Parts: sequence; structure tokens; C-alpha cells
Amino acid sequence: MTVNDPINVIRLEDICYAYPGTDTNVLNHLDLEINKGHRIGMMAPNGSGKTTLLHVIMGLCRPDSGTITIFGKVLKEEKDFVPVRSKIGLLFQDSDDQLFCPTVLDDVAFGPLNLGFSREDAIDIARMTLERLGIEAFERHITHRLSGGQKRLVAMAAVLAMGPDVLLLDEPTAGLDNKVQKKLIHILNRLDIPYFVISHEFDFVSSVTDRIYSMENGRILKDDEIHIHRHEHVHKHGRHPHIHK
Amino acid sequence: MIEEKFAFGNSMIHGLSPAVRIVSAGVLSSCAALCDNLYMSGAYLGIALVLCCMAKLNWKDVLLRLKPVFWFLLMIWIVLPLTFDGEVLFKYGILEFTRPGIELCAKITVKSVSILLMFTALIATMSIASLGNGLHRIHVPDKMVFLLLMSYRYIAVIQEEYHRLLRAAKFRGFVPGTNLHSYKTFAYLAGMLFVRASLRARRVHNAMLCRGFHRKFYTLDLYQPNVLNTVFLTGTCLAGVALVLFERVWM
Ligand SMILES: Nc1ncnc2c1ncn2[C@@H]1O[C@H](COP(=O)(O)OP(=O)(O)OP(=O)(O)O)[C@@H](O)[C@H]1O
Ligand SMILES: [Mg+2]
Repeated sequence: MTVNDPINVIRLEDICYAYPGTDTNVLNHLDLEINKGHRIGMMAPNGSGKTTLLHVIMGLCRPDSGTITIFGKVLKEEKDFVPVRSKIGLLFQDSDDQLFCPTVLDDVAFGPLNLGFSREDAIDIARMTLERLGIEAFERHITHRLSGGQKRLVAMAAVLAMGPDVLLLDEPTAGLDNKVQKKLIHILNRLDIPYFVISHEFDFVSSVTDRIYSMENGRILKDDEIHIHRHEHVHKHGRHPHIHK
Repeated sequence: MIEEKFAFGNSMIHGLSPAVRIVSAGVLSSCAALCDNLYMSGAYLGIALVLCCMAKLNWKDVLLRLKPVFWFLLMIWIVLPLTFDGEVLFKYGILEFTRPGIELCAKITVKSVSILLMFTALIATMSIASLGNGLHRIHVPDKMVFLLLMSYRYIAVIQEEYHRLLRAAKFRGFVPGTNLHSYKTFAYLAGMLFVRASLRARRVHNAMLCRGFHRKFYTLDLYQPNVLNTVFLTGTCLAGVALVLFERVWM
């Protein structure tokens, strides 16, 4: 068994999940491994279960069968997930879900405070993270008055401020302009933790990851099963990047 | 949506700690509410005006804030003097204006305006975030503070969601009217709003769990205890108590 293999950060085996009250398996005997040094991109159609997959990893949706192993520990109940959650940074698809404190600084400091840092340290960490993302000017801003893209950056700061050991990003580029996307690419490329990025933008995914997965019928398709590339020739999909199987 | 027009300023009041301001406002307004004498209520109005000056509020904005209250007071002025029994002050045709009625109106007016001005000067001069912080400091239960902060944060989101739904309906040719179809549509909108709000609540809770939330509320703002806070709190409390005693003993 590779359960205690230190290389494994997150390992899902044979996971099945259906939303309560429904009988279609959104995740259907799914296997996934995220290892040290992995920078995985995920491009799959809407509704294929990407968000659900991340929520299963975080223990927010409990799978009907299968095993979840994170940092070498098999996680079964809510209390197993609690300590693990603060080491996994999950960026939610909708930033309004993630930012609930009145001001930006409060929000970014929320995680560190929960981790037990003192007030001063939490503020320092929050300020440093905001600076790292170049949004220190928003510090005193009222969270719900930010624009969609600004909220996304603040949510990113909130996640990074926890000092996670692995990142799960659910469409981090949605609503970001080119300049901010470049900044995000730069930040991700300098990170030395493994991450898993969901996105619909080929250019973004290909510049921050070194393998691209897809999803179909509740299972993961790896690089060798899919071919994602840019076409220069005339094609019925036009000039948009797309997925071939 | 929720404007915090007075929340940011550099007056002496803005520099006081939120907890001190909340307690002062509570004490002063309770004393004012207890007052049963027209001349004494003038004293509270005086204090309220002084507080507004100390907070360097823009008078025009303050008057705008008081507008809804003026409508309410106008109603009272129309109804009470005519319907109250007692000595008739003057007559106009069959209309009789009684002295106790007018006195009561004047008292209600002065008292409600002073209480509102006190709250404007002391509470409206802080952001909702600081208000939460202050309530936490005076040991209001965490759950209620959270309720306040969360409502403040998500009212805007829910309002936006409502507008989005309404817009979606309008784009598809919906014209609100007084017919069954309109009522049904509004019922759907309201239902959808509740569903979305509860789904959102679940997602927010999930997001909080992901960031290590364990039912404890931390606040960042820290107001250094300084002499000014103590002086202000003692001053307002003493003034309130003194006015109440004065009224009880001498009036
Ligand atoms: N709360 C829920 N209850 C029931 N079914 C749900 C729920 N949330 C999602 N689903 C269903 O699960 C499937 C996968 O949803 P999921 O949100 O994981 O997709 P996704 O890949 O993240 O899509 P997108 O690219 O649009 O974000 C969808 O078919 C959706 O209908
Ligand atoms: Mg999704």
C-alpha cells in the first residue's frame, strides 16, 4: 500500500457520490492522486462534477463509498477532516460564499486567527498576503462593495493566508482581466506546493500546470486519454481551445 | 444599500472606542426615554446637539436621516392635539386643540429627536464592523454579533440576487400587474430567493469550516484604552443620572 508514502498528498480511491435525494452518481468510482510537485489542471464541461470533487476532498460532501486519504491518513468522519481542512486551501467558485467578514483585512485574517495566531501576527500575515497579491490598497475596503474580480483576489489572499500545504482552485480566473490573470499565473508558478486548478481557459491552465485532466461520467481522464491542444486550422469549433477525446 | 455615511470621520467621537460609544448611547437614550417633563427633555436635546457637533456631522445629512421620523411626528401632531381630553387651548370651528395634547406632542417630538440624534452622533459614526466589535466587547452573545455582521454582509448579496431574478423575469417579458400571473411570478421569486439564501448559507458555512472556523469570534480592531474613553463614558453616564435625579427630586 502507498497510504503512508510521503509523496501522496491527496488520494481518492473508488469514490462514488450522489447528491442526497438523487440517484445519479456525480462521482462514479473515481480515482485521483495529487502528489508532491503535482501541478494539475482540470478542464471539463459544466456539470461534470468538478466542484463536487473538490467538496468531497474537503469532507463537505461525504462519499457513498470509497476511501479518502489525505497526508497519509484515511479520513472517514467529520472530526477527521477538521484538522486537514486548514492545510488544504480551497478557493470557492463563488467568492461571495468565501468572503463573509465586513472588511478585507478581517477576512484575510480570519483563517490565521482560527489557526491560533495572535492578533498582531494574524494582521501581519494578512497584510503580507495582500501585498503578495498586490491588493494591499483594499485592506480597509468593505468586502461586499468590491467588484467580482477584486473579490476573487481577496478570496485568493484569504486562502493563501492559511499557509496551505496544497491548493484546490475552483475556476480562479473567472472574471479576472488579463493583467490580473498574468499576476495569478506568476504567483502560482512561484508556489512550491502542489495544486489542482479547475478552469475553462486553456491558456491559463497550460501556463500554470504540467498535466491536464478531464472528467467524464464521474471519472477522471488523464493526459494520455485526452488531447488538449490549440488548432491553427479551420475547424468547426472555431478558434477556441477545446477538448478532443 | 446600507450606507455608512457618517462612519468615517476624524472627530473626537470617531476616535472613541465602539464599546464606550454604545454604552454611552444606551445610558443617555434610556435616561431621555424616562424623562416626563418638557423642559427637562430640552436638556437632552441640548446634549444630543452637542454630541452631533462633537462628531462634526453635516447638518443637512442629519436632517435627511431624520426625515422618516418627521413624517411620523407630523401624524402625531395632526391626531393628538385634537383627540386628547383636557383644557382647550384654542378653537377653530369645531376643532378643539387641547393643552395636554399639544404638550404630549412636544414631549414626544423633543424626546424622539434627541434619542435619534444621540444614536446618530454615537452609533452611526462607526462602521458595522466596529459596531460588531463594540457589542462583542460589552459581552453581547457571539451568536447575536455574528447575526448582525452576517446580515450586514449578505443583505446586499440577497438584494442583488433578487434584482437578478426580477431582471431575468423582465427580460422575458414579465410586466408586474394586478393579476394572478403576476402574483404567481412574485411567489416564485420569493420562493427562489429563500432557496438561494439557504443554499448560500450552507456554502458560506462550508467556506468557514474550510478556514478552520470553530464557533469562535475574533476581532481585529483594537482600541487602546485611553483617558478620553474613560472621561467620556463617565461624563455621559453622570450627566444622564444627574438629569434623571434632578427631575425626580425637583420637578
Ligand atoms: N446541491 C446539489 N443537489 C443536487 N445536485 C447537484 C447539487 N449541486 C450540483 N449538483 C449536480 O451535480 C452535478 C455536478 O455539479 P458540479 O457543481 O460539481 O459541476 P461542475 O463540474 O463544477 O460544473 P461547472 O463547470 O458549471 O462549475 C451537476 O449535474 C449538478 O446538477
Ligand atoms: Mg463548478
